[in-house]
Amino acid sequence: MKQIKIDPITRLEGHGKIDIFLNDDGEVANTYFQIPELRGFEQFCVGRPVEEMPRITTRICGVCPEAHHMAAAKACDAVFHVEIPSAAKKLRSLLYNVFFAGDHTTHFYALGGPDFIVGPDAPAAERNILGVVKKVGLEVGGKVIEMRKRTQQVIKTLGGKQTHQITSMPGGVSKGISIEEAKEIEKHCEWFVEFGKFTIQAFNDIVLKNQVYVDLILSDTFSHKTYYMGLVDENNKVNFYDGKVRVVDPDGKEFVKYSPNEYLENVAEHVEPWTYLKFPFLKKVGWKGFVDGKDSGVYRATPLSRLNAADGMPTPLAQAEYEKMYSTLGGKPVHATLATHWARIIELLSGAEMALDLIRDPEITSTHIRNIPTEIPTEGVGIVEAPRGTLTHHYTTDERGILTKVNLIVGTTNNYAPISMSINKAARGLIKKGVEVTEGTLNKIEMAFRAYDPCFGCATHYMPGKMPIELRIYDSSNNLIDLVRRNP
Amino acid sequence: MAKPKLALYWAASCGGCEIAVLDLHEKILDVANAFDIVFWPVALDFKYSDVRAMEDKSIDICLFNGAIRNSENEEMAHLMRDKSKLVVAFGACAHEGGIPGLANLTTKDAILKWVFKDSPSTVSNNGTYPQTHTRMPEGEIEIPEMWETVKALNQVIDVDYYIPGCPPQPDQIWGVIEYILSGQPMPAKGATLGAGDKTCCEECPRERKEKKLKQFFRPYEIISDPNECLLDQGIICLGPVSRSGCGALCPKANIPCRGCYGAPPNCPDQGAKMVSAISSVIDAHEPEEIEKILDQIVDPLGTFYRFSVPQSILRRVEKI
Amino acid sequence: MSFEPKIVGFLCNWCSYSGADLAGVSRIKSAPNVRIIRTMCSGRVDPAFILKSFQLGADGVVVMGCHLGDCHYQEGNYKTLRRIPFLKRLIREFGIDPRRLRLEWVSASEGDRFAEVVNEMTEEIRKIGPFIHSATKIKK
Ligand code: SF4
Ligand code: SF4
Ligand code: SF4
Ligand code: FES
Repeated sequence: MKQIKIDPITRLEGHGKIDIFLNDDGEVANTYFQIPELRGFEQFCVGRPVEEMPRITTRICGVCPEAHHMAAAKACDAVFHVEIPSAAKKLRSLLYNVFFAGDHTTHFYALGGPDFIVGPDAPAAERNILGVVKKVGLEVGGKVIEMRKRTQQVIKTLGGKQTHQITSMPGGVSKGISIEEAKEIEKHCEWFVEFGKFTIQAFNDIVLKNQVYVDLILSDTFSHKTYYMGLVDENNKVNFYDGKVRVVDPDGKEFVKYSPNEYLENVAEHVEPWTYLKFPFLKKVGWKGFVDGKDSGVYRATPLSRLNAADGMPTPLAQAEYEKMYSTLGGKPVHATLATHWARIIELLSGAEMALDLIRDPEITSTHIRNIPTEIPTEGVGIVEAPRGTLTHHYTTDERGILTKVNLIVGTTNNYAPISMSINKAARGLIKKGVEVTEGTLNKIEMAFRAYDPCFGCATHYMPGKMPIELRIYDSSNNLIDLVRRNP
Repeated sequence: MAKPKLALYWAASCGGCEIAVLDLHEKILDVANAFDIVFWPVALDFKYSDVRAMEDKSIDICLFNGAIRNSENEEMAHLMRDKSKLVVAFGACAHEGGIPGLANLTTKDAILKWVFKDSPSTVSNNGTYPQTHTRMPEGEIEIPEMWETVKALNQVIDVDYYIPGCPPQPDQIWGVIEYILSGQPMPAKGATLGAGDKTCCEECPRERKEKKLKQFFRPYEIISDPNECLLDQGIICLGPVSRSGCGALCPKANIPCRGCYGAPPNCPDQGAKMVSAISSVIDAHEPEEIEKILDQIVDPLGTFYRFSVPQSILRRVEKI
Repeated sequence: MSFEPKIVGFLCNWCSYSGADLAGVSRIKSAPNVRIIRTMCSGRVDPAFILKSFQLGADGVVVMGCHLGDCHYQEGNYKTLRRIPFLKRLIREFGIDPRRLRLEWVSASEGDRFAEVVNEMTEEIRKIGPFIHSATKIKK
């Protein structure tokens, strides 16, 4: 038996690690994707005043603090039974859509996208943002940096800090925007929409016009038939900030649609001894292990899942692209993991369009942005879509609003089982007897989970945008016999 | 002259400190030009084994972010210390434990029990808890051991400098980098870089008056006056016990400071100092009245030491 | 071996320290468990001093100052009056029995009162038992 280690793949709550075991025939016996760290937010937040949660839980992740900030603020609103003013809701939603557009940009250009734009078989040294610049043109590098800079600026204006936002609080937001600020933000949002269109165009030109890439997207190695989860508005359109959670089955039929406070009837988590992260699954279907199909409770919550779970996009340009994606890939739902990249840029465009709509709403500069809670705090659930999956915060407090229980199901966690399965399937598909394990093998295994933009990887956003990764092959007595890694 | 060698590492961290470096935007390219970045797991493809193979003290500067939460974090801290001439505790987590340090208000057992057994969505798998070593049918796999107590970086290795903040603000980071590149002599060991030497209040535009407080409010309970000091209005704000440097970002957004820039100079303990500060402004002379007023201040421990439990004098709660 | 509590006493220079002195001069019997630190005023006792005492292994801390109204610096002991109860709350949250921290008013003429406070507190701490700061025990 041989053991291959990919260590460290960085970032989730800590640094990820993959162990691949080969049997004596040199085929994959099993793979283990481990999360070696637990910081314990759920327990150490107990005893804290609930209103502090929007500024404590941001520190779960410095890459998507916006998601925790919003989920926490919504859970607080629910705990206090307070309805927030409509302008506050628009301000939060504006920040959130801008964040989505920015976050998806960095992932697409720096991390996931290079696989396609530069080409899945290109040398690793080129499969990064610099390679993208070479292929798409020099101006794209500048545009990506500018997109990031502009989104960060808007987020700082709305959220008070560019990382670890502070302005959302129980009952609304602490700070509104002036007419001048709104004008400034509007200009940025117009730019975001243009950037979104540009991105879609680039994807069309480079990926879709190349049959090899389309075939790769649709290949069985990168496909899993699972349930799909995503937040939808009252028209069943994708919504990042608010709505109900809708789950469709592997045939694309609605399986359940639930309100945040019903999450416990729908989602449960499975524990394994070899990792610090739990595996969520659909409670009504049950945990059947690391398998796909209708009988397995494994679901996915990714950009592609959101599109699969919804009936469409809330904005016109994104809707057109949504229709195009499903007609190109053979109808809903799409099971091809790599199509997540396409879904991601459709969401990027949708986020930009939504933000532009919101900033043009005259109510956005209203000064009525907070309602003071008057009811006794009890219990509440807040759900938003994080870029990497549905994010649930559930708080229970005493009558003074001091936390007594905290339960969190974090974005990437939703996808822990499917990521593990994707790694396993890719490894099985690629590591065969007599076939040398090369850097290319490694890259393809990596592609399988990079599509999820898992949070341990999302911090690797940006230049040069590749995961530090290494395969170690061990013989049956655990001696290192081979080491494969990328050229720096 | 060869470029100075720079390493960046993260331990128990959220990634926000790394993002703060990336938020230098175009200037990140200047950093890449000026330094030879020899290790940065988040962005570059160098491995632990590469660092182990380096000669001792061959890295000029290591920016280390994140707290020390488990065996792997601690091992890496020692490794980076051996290989680096200067180690900088970068960000609140490395500087004083940060938000992960709040775990010192509970215990490892309580954390594991809640996460893997009692939390309402968890299906207890015959009492399964994560194990450092697990024998699977195909072989043994390992994960690091979680420590009972979260530690700041200087509690496990010798630290040369500190850059505070959660995260450090990009303009401050840039200031430090420019300083280093200017070739000026480095400040005395133990210095705090990228921050001021006053308190957050000094940077805060809000108007302060003589404080006399009979009532405290939680931030959501009132709509505060945007121009007056929040503490004057009865909202607990850690401005008086926080180091300047961020530009008073939170009070500017109508939100009280929580002290992420750490204690100001000559303050050994943020919480103790906050107790003093508040005691001085409470307007009461009778024990009962004092107790009533103190009742309004919820969770002083988790609030006054929001980012600094591991670096506080008492470091953690007693296990009772 | 029987447990002998180690108690740190912060005594203000103007009243309580003289009170302690008087107790000594008058040969009033008091437990030897209090290590006295003289401060200018009870208001000068920084909460950090008290936390530091516990960190260094004190089983108890007592702060003594002039009676209310008699503080040499007028308001000093009123600050103490608010500070100590606040600090008791804080150490309780840290998991330290709040009875380990006391505030007492002792004037220069109250040697007997000084002895009484010291004896009473020593007995109480003896009952509660030794305090070992857990951070000093923990390696991991
Ligand atoms: S200091 Fe703040 S931003 Fe940096 S790693 Fe810690 S929590 Fe994240
Ligand atoms: S206490 Fe807070 S609001 Fe008041 S001046 Fe200081 S930082 Fe500003
Ligand atoms: S105001 Fe306080 S909490 Fe906010 S960023 Fe500045 S130091 Fe940190
Ligand atoms: S001088 Fe004795 S308490 Fe102030």
